[in-house]
Amino acid sequence: MTARKAASTLFMGALWVAGLVAVIPLVLIVYYVLLKGLPAVHVGFFTQTAPPPGVPGGGMSQAMWGTGLIVGMATLISVPLGVLTAVYLSEFGRGRLAVGVRFVAEILLSTPSIVAGAFIWALVVVAMHSFSALAGAIALTVLMWPIITRATEETLRLVPDELREAALALGVPRWKMVLRIVIPTAGSGILTAVMLAVARGFGETAPILLTSLGNDFLNTNPLQPTDAVPLRIYNYAQSAFPAWQTLAWGGAITLLGAVLVLSIGARLLSDRQQRRLG
Amino acid sequence: MEERSTTRSVSDAGVPVRRRLRIGDLTLRGGTVAVSLGLVVLLAGLLVVLATGAAPALSQLGLSFFTSRQWDPVTNHFGALPYIYGTLVTSTVALVLALPVSIGLALLLNEVRSKWVRNPLTVLVDLLAAIPSVVYGLWGLFVLAPALNTYLAPFLARTLGKLPVLGALFVPTPAVGNMLNAGVILAVMIVPIITAVTREVIATVPADLREASLALGATRFESIRMAVLPYARSGIVGATMLGLGRALGETIAVSMVIGNGLGISASLLAPGYTIPAVIANEFREATSTGLQHSALLALALVLVVIALVLAGASRLLVRRSERGFR
Amino acid sequence: MSDLQVIGLNAWFGADRVLGDINMKVEAGRVTAIIGPSGCGKSTLLRCLNRMHEEVPNARVTGKVVYGDWDLYGPDVDPTDVRCHIGMVFQRPNPFPTMTVLENVVAGLRLRGHYDRASLHDNAERAMRLAGVWDELKDRLNRPGGRLSGGQAQRLCIARALAVGPDMLLMDEPASALDPISTQQIEDTIQELKETVTIVIVTHNMQQAARISDRTAFMLRESHDRPSALIEYDETRVMFTAPTDKRTEAYITGRFG
Repeated sequence: MTARKAASTLFMGALWVAGLVAVIPLVLIVYYVLLKGLPAVHVGFFTQTAPPPGVPGGGMSQAMWGTGLIVGMATLISVPLGVLTAVYLSEFGRGRLAVGVRFVAEILLSTPSIVAGAFIWALVVVAMHSFSALAGAIALTVLMWPIITRATEETLRLVPDELREAALALGVPRWKMVLRIVIPTAGSGILTAVMLAVARGFGETAPILLTSLGNDFLNTNPLQPTDAVPLRIYNYAQSAFPAWQTLAWGGAITLLGAVLVLSIGARLLSDRQQRRLG
Repeated sequence: MEERSTTRSVSDAGVPVRRRLRIGDLTLRGGTVAVSLGLVVLLAGLLVVLATGAAPALSQLGLSFFTSRQWDPVTNHFGALPYIYGTLVTSTVALVLALPVSIGLALLLNEVRSKWVRNPLTVLVDLLAAIPSVVYGLWGLFVLAPALNTYLAPFLARTLGKLPVLGALFVPTPAVGNMLNAGVILAVMIVPIITAVTREVIATVPADLREASLALGATRFESIRMAVLPYARSGIVGATMLGLGRALGETIAVSMVIGNGLGISASLLAPGYTIPAVIANEFREATSTGLQHSALLALALVLVVIALVLAGASRLLVRRSERGFR
Repeated sequence: MSDLQVIGLNAWFGADRVLGDINMKVEAGRVTAIIGPSGCGKSTLLRCLNRMHEEVPNARVTGKVVYGDWDLYGPDVDPTDVRCHIGMVFQRPNPFPTMTVLENVVAGLRLRGHYDRASLHDNAERAMRLAGVWDELKDRLNRPGGRLSGGQAQRLCIARALAVGPDMLLMDEPASALDPISTQQIEDTIQELKETVTIVIVTHNMQQAARISDRTAFMLRESHDRPSALIEYDETRVMFTAPTDKRTEAYITGRFG
């Protein structure tokens, strides 16, 4: 009897250890990013562009604008695509086509991000004879479209059928019911989906590497090679210059900050939405 | 007697269906169907484009693409064995480390009733999934790798390294980047995904099964072993496959800590190279004259096929596991 | 207002035929109650009357429903037009949570393309007075529609259905989710409404049917392999005092169901 109890206690203890082990890296990462990144963050970090090798100072402004440009375009493309796909799955989708589309959306979530980069390189960069922010945005779309679709479909399914019926019973055609009742009711849930996708877009390095290439200078032309924060971190981290390494940590703090704010914000929003519709 | 059948159903079940959709309904429905088909076309396009790009390398190099150790743009010969090996080794290490932690964590989140523990823990694990891989890589390069190289690697070499057979895995090398470091970083990165899917599966185990076993006098350990794990097994396998897919495809963090060395070494403490890492590192510098781009696209094709097959199989397993209870 | 004639109506969910050959005439300007044990298809019958049944996936209808001389299942009929003439109130109050009280009431009109503010407001006031909810809510027109008590929300939903200007209202157990006081208010509202609209109400509460209806229909599904049938349909006082079918009598005297 006591041996069984002891085994159980031991096992539960092991579960707690697993929980602790899983969470420790998060704490350590946030700690070190703050520790090493804060010294790099000053006004010039946000206003200046890349410094020459070995020269201290400089900033990441070109990379921040570039990330904004690339992720902004990717969002503009992937939000309508993702939401419309989700509307199909939740409001019209029946039968084999819907099962197929849902399955494709699910497995596309597992596309390795480097593969999205290689795909868009072969499709867009080769055709346009140039690396560009637009190619980067399309590569990110490959990753963001299924994310938005999945999360939006889930949130559309939270909208009670009673509201759909109420609208139909008022003599409202189905398409208006979807656009004016279902989508607004799911509103903050859709916003959550978009925020999660944008957070993912901010952090992606590999697809940008093969499509946008990077740029030491500020570029606002979507058809030209463009820099991005994660790309800069990647390059600077592997350099031999301490000044560049410091900049990498500064980039990490801005990137991690943006991603965590988006993720936590998305979580709060979705909790509220679930309470409201639950 | 005339009975006119007037049906207007949205089913695809093959019943005679007379649809009278208004123009707005038709537009929205048609638009969403078209966009949804776009997603399917995207997947198909991805496979076709990569296959087309990979064709020259695969047809000229044949099987040697997978079996040769020589990757040389100068002689225009590309053998991917070192990358395949490195990818498999690091992913295996990652799974070995991440699986117990993820399953333990998922069980913990299922067992703990207090929302004061469960909610923060869930949020933290979700945030772990949100950290960009380049930040993992930066941290791995400057914090984790030095720590592992200073403390863990010598320790493993002194202890496990002395064992027969197993010892070959822990032969020390002076390299800073190595496959063990990459495996550890990957493990941290895939814990959230395996945990999330495992939790999803465990949550569908009916509560009365648990309660029945507890009512028989089982301890919590016994009830988990008897009433939870057996029913969640295929779901956990599915979760593992999804984690494996993630680990195989992870690029940036791995390439920053693995050392990017071209040898094939049995020791985890030696540098290695992975498929995604070589694509990331060589793609921009590749010359367009030889087969290098084609070889890299072939690697991308191999990667995505494996990842998609794993994801699809995982989804089916998880769904079957969940449906078992409903 | 016109009479509504149900002729040889059958309804399916997938392969399951739930309604079998229903024939009945709903008289204009009166309150018709449909009673029967749960699962007897009374809600399905109600939903066939304004073509809501077909919105359920795999659901199917055959037969005729004729309103005045308008064949509602005729080949060129747009179901959304049907629903404008024959409104519906559901079991659970379902105001649109993203809209204010006023927006809820005029939602049907606005979504059908009426945008004139003054006339929308007039319509809202008229509908809310009819639904007996104007005095309570006239100072809260801009509050969120999702934050009302159950009884107020349900009367708001009645007002919302009335604002479109239907001359028939289908009510699917409108008071079953409400407390006794709210139920009483809904019943009062129904009594006043029948001056303006024909009402068909589904209820599992026989006392309610006896209190508020002029005519009562009793439905029964006697076994799972047979569809529900209309057992008896007559003036309410006849049904509750001298039913002709002994199954009706058994149900009304509480011997089953």
